[in-house]
Amino acid sequence: MGDFMIKRVTKAILTGAAIATALGGVAAPAYAQRDPAYAAARAAGEVGEKMDGYLGIVVAETPELRRIVNDINIKRRAVYSEKAQESNATLEEYALTAGCIAIAKTVPGEKYQAPDGSWQTRTDAAPMRDSRCP
Amino acid sequence: MTSDELTDRGGLATTGIMQGKQGMRGMKKVAVAALASLTLTGCITVEAPDKPIVIELNVNIRQEVIYRLAEDAGNTIEENADIF
Repeated sequence: MGDFMIKRVTKAILTGAAIATALGGVAAPAYAQRDPAYAAARAAGEVGEKMDGYLGIVVAETPELRRIVNDINIKRRAVYSEKAQESNATLEEYALTAGCIAIAKTVPGEKYQAPDGSWQTRTDAAPMRDSRCP
Repeated sequence: MTSDELTDRGGLATTGIMQGKQGMRGMKKVAVAALASLTLTGCITVEAPDKPIVIELNVNIRQEVIYRLAEDAGNTIEENADIF
């Protein structure tokens, strides 16, 4: 009887631990940080936020920058595609909306694309955005 | 006597009315023709601003969509902070 009880208690503890791990695993991506190479390129103004919701290369293109930008944009496209479907919108509509917000969220020193297509450095002032942006 | 009077009156009245009606019909024909030509030129003027109106509607619809998606897109960016 004693042995059986211990087994049951052990099993309960292990199940609890498994649930905690699973929950931690689900919550973790919400707090995920930018890849250090991407963060550095962004801070240096080598890459910037485009109006269409994707990342663009601001300076002369290098294979390393192309790799970073492509990697981010493929992931963004997958997220936009899924969310657009959930919201009954097109991929372009959702991406453009995200672009509006991503540009608004840039911090001073970072690059963004103005409605005329030119690259701008974000200052303390509000960024120049598409007239349709909320 | 009675029949004579009736015939005379009838004849006079009919002629008078017929003349008047004919005159009115002529006037109506001219008026209809004038209206028709006015309506035709009006149609051509209306067709010209058709395109700009369509483009404006498109812009309005897109902006409406962007406003509807804004909150959801904002949440998406926060949930995927590693790629934004």
